[in-house]
Amino acid sequence: MALLQISEPGQAAAPHQHKLAAGIDLGTTNSLVATVRSGKVETLPDAQGRHLLPSVVRYRETGAPQVGAIAKQSAISDPRNTISSVKRYVGRGLADICKGCSCSEYEFVDSDSSVPRIRTVAGDISPVEVSAEILKNLKQRAEETLGGELTGVVITVPAYFDDAQRQSTKDAAQLAGLQVLRLLNEPTAAAVAYGLDKGSEGVHVVYDLGGGTFDISILRLNRGVFEVMSTAGNTALGGDDFDRIIAQWLIQQARLDPSALSAGQMRAILLEACRAKEALSDTEAVNVFLSDDAVADSSVWRGELTRTRLNELIDPLIKKTLSSCRRALRDAGIDVDEIEDVVMVGGSTRSPRVRELVGDFFHCEPMVDIDPDKVVAAGAAIQADILVGNKPDDEMLLLDVIPLSLGIETMGGLVEKIISRNTTIPSAKAQDFTTFKDGQTALAVHVVQGERELVSDCRSLARFELRGIPPMVAGSARIRVTFQVDADGLLSVTAREQISGVESTVQVKPSFGLTDGEIETMLRESMSHAKEDIVARMLREQQVEADRILESVASAITADAALLTDVERTQIDIALAELRKMRDGDDPQKIKSAIEALNAASTDFAARRMDASIQSAMTGHKVDEF
Amino acid sequence: MQTVDLSSSFFAVFDLPVSFDVDLGVLSARYREAQRAVHPDKFAHAPEAERRLSVQMAARINEAYQVLKDPLSRGRYLLELQGVALDDADTAFDAAFLMEQMELRERLADVKNSTDPVRQLHIIADDIAVHGKLLITQLASLLAEASAESLQQARDVTRKLQFFRRLNEEVETLEDELGDY
Repeated sequence: MALLQISEPGQAAAPHQHKLAAGIDLGTTNSLVATVRSGKVETLPDAQGRHLLPSVVRYRETGAPQVGAIAKQSAISDPRNTISSVKRYVGRGLADICKGCSCSEYEFVDSDSSVPRIRTVAGDISPVEVSAEILKNLKQRAEETLGGELTGVVITVPAYFDDAQRQSTKDAAQLAGLQVLRLLNEPTAAAVAYGLDKGSEGVHVVYDLGGGTFDISILRLNRGVFEVMSTAGNTALGGDDFDRIIAQWLIQQARLDPSALSAGQMRAILLEACRAKEALSDTEAVNVFLSDDAVADSSVWRGELTRTRLNELIDPLIKKTLSSCRRALRDAGIDVDEIEDVVMVGGSTRSPRVRELVGDFFHCEPMVDIDPDKVVAAGAAIQADILVGNKPDDEMLLLDVIPLSLGIETMGGLVEKIISRNTTIPSAKAQDFTTFKDGQTALAVHVVQGERELVSDCRSLARFELRGIPPMVAGSARIRVTFQVDADGLLSVTAREQISGVESTVQVKPSFGLTDGEIETMLRESMSHAKEDIVARMLREQQVEADRILESVASAITADAALLTDVERTQIDIALAELRKMRDGDDPQKIKSAIEALNAASTDFAARRMDASIQSAMTGHKVDEF
Repeated sequence: MQTVDLSSSFFAVFDLPVSFDVDLGVLSARYREAQRAVHPDKFAHAPEAERRLSVQMAARINEAYQVLKDPLSRGRYLLELQGVALDDADTAFDAAFLMEQMELRERLADVKNSTDPVRQLHIIADDIAVHGKLLITQLASLLAEASAESLQQARDVTRKLQFFRRLNEEVETLEDELGDY
């Protein structure tokens, strides 16, 4: 009979505690927060019962910014200070933003910082800060509804988001005071929400057309493992573009001069375009009119938009998405006939024309069972619940990929790809490079993302230098550049000269992102009693980390003490005792040092345990196979 | 050439024998189990040091799987384990192979002028696939034989396969350019 375990006095293991976790869909048009309660996933409404939070923030001269429906109401009367669709600008440089032809809606200022800012009455605001306001609102909603502080959240991002856009999303979460458990790709989240893990083995497609972004993901499901085979998309294509193209048609029909329209008039025309588009999902024709807001002279223009005409207008955009679908199929090495079903996600998939063309392309009826607006947040909530530790026995595992190749610049402005697109993450890869000139003592490393061969056609992610290389003949230095992409799809890069051992590492901070210093300043500014608050926050963070490692090491010893030598066991016990003592003190620095000491004493042990768990997984499988 | 410790090879990661013959079903099943054991999602609330470790291990398992599941990279890797290096700068091939490559490239260049470019492109892609399959069969038997001579031949076959792989990438680029949608 197995012996029962009894804990040491004063250290009774805490009973299994349900931790509060949430999934957040930070969308271009609308955002949502969802959670798992009593085993059921639900999106959380605000006090007025509304689940969707319009992703709109209005800055005012005094007082906190307004977020959501209340801000959206000011879109026409106060267009310059009312920011919508900010997701299109996150992680982007000014040149990219202007390419999207949306420049006229806001006044962008090119600041000292590399991040473009929007001029408002409350000052110049970066897109990351606007996103943070939306996240803060959802955080508050969740914490008020659930009655406690969130332990962690999963935030969804378009699968096709690049490194800069992902990092900026994480920065926004940090500004909002959220602990991010994982950035999850939107199509993958949708697949989880559809419960595709429950018995539907095979290849599935998620077609996700939102307000501003398009993603296509092809996944294979096998015994609870979601393996993304390929992903493709366009981070600047969505329902907003349908609205724009309809608005252009309206302007043309009403014989207006586009250059003479004010920002407010333009907004009014876009809103009318959007209304007409939505109405045509259910009817064959709709009356359209531009009121005094939009037409300078007092005459009101009236007209009709038919579904046939609408289809003609939007077909080219839908065909662009199908072109991405074809590429994703090819990258996955899959024929259309091997696909079990196509899941439709995102508000724009309500369009009958989108459903029709996608159905034709994949030779099947698209699945639309779950509200396409809510499905992504629901999937994120399920993942958050698992990651936070509420379901230790859950078999679900998500294996996702990076959407775009990562590489560095070599001589002549060419890109050498180090990790190619659709590689499963986490991923680490190294490649050796050498010097170009005799006696060269420094090396400029320029990290880029994209599929093209020329650096100028790819997105610049970061630049750093490796200095102190001993002078050598050209071509004799061996510089190993290592790329590591974590499970959030975020990159860090190390360069090391192999002969001298000179090394340089960067956590890639996007060229168009905020610097750590800027984020810290913003955090500081957001706190009322700066100094005390920061110390208190640091103390709490260190205590959380201390509890984490104490619990983890203690349970590791309980499970696998046999993997430890006596000497190691003694060292770990000493470090454990020291950390327990420091944890209850009030010096964050001392806690941090004690954590590092325990880490150092237990890392080999942790590695051995992971090796052992792989071994036993392999052994377990052999039993299955025969 | 460094000697490689076979106990730490990509095959060992999945407890598979070092061989070109890999049962892809077994490989992917073991891959999923290995990821289940170490993936960062299983360590999301673990201390930072363990999270880092899990990222590294999961990355190695991914790399091992990536290399072993594709016949070309698996072949390359086996040759590497045997100390047979592939020099990318080496462009010497037998005349017949070069002729064949030239012919395929000419056909590819003509695609845009044909009456039905997409169909023409698919015919070329199918031809490339047939050549590729043949070479992989050859590679399998050469690697199984594993004599000094057969390894050299395997090396040449691998280089040829790489040529076809590159040609295939060009076909895909062209396909993107041609696509009406």
